[in-house]
Amino acid sequence: MPFSSYILLIPLLPLLGFIVLGLFGKKHFNTSAGNIATLFLLISTALSLYAAYQYFFVIGLTDGRYDTIKVFDYSWLVFTENIAINIGFVLDPISVMMLVVVTFVSFIVHLFSLGYMKGEERFATYYAFLQLFTFSMLGLVISTNIFQIYMFWELVGVSSYLLIGYYFQKPSAVAASKKAFIVTRFADLGFLIGILIFAFQGNTLEFDVLIARLTNIQSPEYLSITSAGFMGVSLLTWALTLVFIGGAGKSAMFPLHVWLPDAMEGPTPVSALIHAATMVVAGVYLVARLFPLFQLDVIALNIVTYVGLLSALFAAIIACTQTDIKRVLAYSTMSQIGYMMFALGISGESEEMSLGYTASMFHLFTHAFFKSLLFLGAGAVIHFIHSNEMKDMGGLKKYMPITHFTFLIACLAISGIPPFAGFFSKEEILLAAYQSNKLVYTVALITSGITAFYMFRLYFSIFWNKETQIENHHGEGAWNMKLPLIILGVCSVLVGFIPFSNFVTANGEIFDTSFHILFSITPILFAVAGIIIATWYFRFENECPEKHSKKFGAFFKVAKKKFYIDELYLFITKKILFNLIGRPSAWVDKNVIDAGVIGSARVTGLLSEKIKGVQSGKVQDYTIYFFVGIISLAIVFLYIW
Amino acid sequence: MSASVIIFYCISALILTAGVVAVTARKIFRAAIGLLFSLIGIAALFFWMDVNFLAAVQIVVYVGGIVVLIIFSIFLTDQSGSELPKPILKRQIFSILSVVFAIAFVCNLINRTSFYHSKDIFDTSVKRIGNAMLDTNSVGYALPFEVVSILLLAAMIGSIVIAMKSKNTKQEKLK
Amino acid sequence: MLNEISITHILFVSTALFFIGVYGLLTRRNLITILMSVELMLNSVNINFVAFNKYLFPEKMDGIFFSIFIIAIAAAEAAVAIAIIINLYRSHQSIDVEDASEMKY
Repeated sequence: MPFSSYILLIPLLPLLGFIVLGLFGKKHFNTSAGNIATLFLLISTALSLYAAYQYFFVIGLTDGRYDTIKVFDYSWLVFTENIAINIGFVLDPISVMMLVVVTFVSFIVHLFSLGYMKGEERFATYYAFLQLFTFSMLGLVISTNIFQIYMFWELVGVSSYLLIGYYFQKPSAVAASKKAFIVTRFADLGFLIGILIFAFQGNTLEFDVLIARLTNIQSPEYLSITSAGFMGVSLLTWALTLVFIGGAGKSAMFPLHVWLPDAMEGPTPVSALIHAATMVVAGVYLVARLFPLFQLDVIALNIVTYVGLLSALFAAIIACTQTDIKRVLAYSTMSQIGYMMFALGISGESEEMSLGYTASMFHLFTHAFFKSLLFLGAGAVIHFIHSNEMKDMGGLKKYMPITHFTFLIACLAISGIPPFAGFFSKEEILLAAYQSNKLVYTVALITSGITAFYMFRLYFSIFWNKETQIENHHGEGAWNMKLPLIILGVCSVLVGFIPFSNFVTANGEIFDTSFHILFSITPILFAVAGIIIATWYFRFENECPEKHSKKFGAFFKVAKKKFYIDELYLFITKKILFNLIGRPSAWVDKNVIDAGVIGSARVTGLLSEKIKGVQSGKVQDYTIYFFVGIISLAIVFLYIW
Repeated sequence: MSASVIIFYCISALILTAGVVAVTARKIFRAAIGLLFSLIGIAALFFWMDVNFLAAVQIVVYVGGIVVLIIFSIFLTDQSGSELPKPILKRQIFSILSVVFAIAFVCNLINRTSFYHSKDIFDTSVKRIGNAMLDTNSVGYALPFEVVSILLLAAMIGSIVIAMKSKNTKQEKLK
Repeated sequence: MLNEISITHILFVSTALFFIGVYGLLTRRNLITILMSVELMLNSVNINFVAFNKYLFPEKMDGIFFSIFIIAIAAAEAAVAIAIIINLYRSHQSIDVEDASEMKY
């Protein structure tokens, strides 16, 4: 196996970094922690790129498809001979792609944080957490079986919790980290039940065996999972829906999206890494992994499609009203992930080319670059201005030229303007939508227009609009904050030209996609229209936004309050769950269970008070006991035995 | 009813009565005298049983040594004056009951055992005792004899050490 | 002279003496009187040994020797006991056994 010599280093180097920095970082490595961590990630990135090169070009196609190579498979917990939790390392097109994405973006974030987090007291701890996250995410993408992915899923959740709550002295950060963890944990309950159904019906936990068994219509597993049902729906649908719920929680799909905007309390490089490029796409990755199973069930596919579509539109509307720049980017992420989800959903229906799958993965790939560029640019701005709100910004283009230029590239990319990366991936998604479902296509088109609008609203509010006078500023940032932006900017321009369908497809066979000029005109027109409207509103300082938002009145207010979803959840938990279930349980716990335990202790105490008189300290008492004992023993031995 | 039988019963009565006096007397000297007479009675019993040497040893050591020692200790601990306190009633009743029960139990046991009396002559002359005491063969008692002498030495040293007045108390008393 | 008194009579006597000593041990409050009761118990054991020797095994002398050694050891033990009583009297100013209950709960 050509890979086995170095492939394990890719996830294990960050793990080593976590252990070393976590245990010894504060005392010994406080200033050099960043350099060590970045070095580890550089090595990991180089190895992933090398592995990708090996996989796609040197080994390449066998029989017109890319092989699934299991580099490493270790039987860890064996329950029965069929169901065992293995720890393995699999290489197939999407996992290799994710390896490249995760290591590369993580490396860029490590580099950026050298400048952004400089002078932090818990510098080494920050890098330790970043390394832990990178390890968990890498473990997630290389999993060979569904339980391994669940374990790393939870680990990723923990790392996210640690990183969001990094500024733990702020109560809002603590609340946000708790919210993220609890919402995703709640979704993971669904995921676990889905796993259990699959394990029980498919009689295995390995991805390849499970897929092979269930896609074979004659196999006993397929027959049992489709014949058994619950509440009128087959078990297969239930399992797929529950697994999708887990994915939706992690990917912030409606209605489990409430944690993502609050998660912006963490440091901005963390948002770039976790909540833009890697963790939030874990749900999409999961659906892509189980894609052959999703193709079997139309109901599950429809759920995936419509949830993704609704999230995309919903988030885009809210993003138009937010004033905190990181919140705008968070909703933008949610919207783009919605795109990836519905692209997967509509892909399964057409038998032939599964264009949607490739388009979704391509959009995941490009989105990682330009979204993390957007977040890092926002981080540079926040570092400069020391505030997150749009009203404190404006006219920054003369203070921060490099940030301005790269931010502009990213905004053009996300709006879908050629020749930047986002145009190609979005165009493929829209093409796939057009080919299968016209309603989805229409909504997606409108959403892309809204996307262009709010992104350029953001861009103009930061860099143009009004002139702010800033004295005593410390410059744009050190080289380690500018270089990542430049690298990502270059990538955002170039990655669009990768012929993705030559690498990643649903069934491993490659196909050619072509560039349909006539088809692409419509999305470009919508995007340009959005940009023009944004320019008119926000290029110069004026009262149009205020006047028009008052005209929309109630709708604007509802959108600004994020459609009151948070308030709804709070109402359900506080009024209903706490009062109906929480308080009675607490009462029972305190008065029944605790009283029982305390009561038994009290009885023991009383009993011991009575008995302790036996040890009176007087020798004659002891002699009496001794004497009576001897006589009794004598009687017992002589007469009774 | 030969004379020896009557003598035996008299001696037994003496032993037991004196014993009861020793354990129930309210004044301590009466208890000591009770003990004294009980020990003399036991020596008489030994004489009656034809072990003259042991009887002599009993009188010399027990009566002449231990009882005197006890009387000295009564003086040393200032007990000679007042009456002894009464024992706790609960304990007294419990002890009497258990002792009576135990006596009945053991006497029952003794009754049921059939002892075989041997017809040999019982020779306990001092010459024989002396020879056996210092004999070093397997039925000789030379080793226990030596060990007991070491024990007596240890007891002597031990009681001196325990009963010795420590230096601080001596100085306190001098002040 | 001995045919009418069998061993059981002597054993009755020694048993009664032993349990009189036990009663004294359990009931008396003064340490010296407890010592006296212990001496009674030892003596009853002596009577037992000699009686068994005389009636059951007259050709041997083991019982007599046991008794001799018991007397010697009882003397040593009485001496040590008195020493302890004196020491206790010094620290507690009384030799009532009810007062020496420091080892209670």
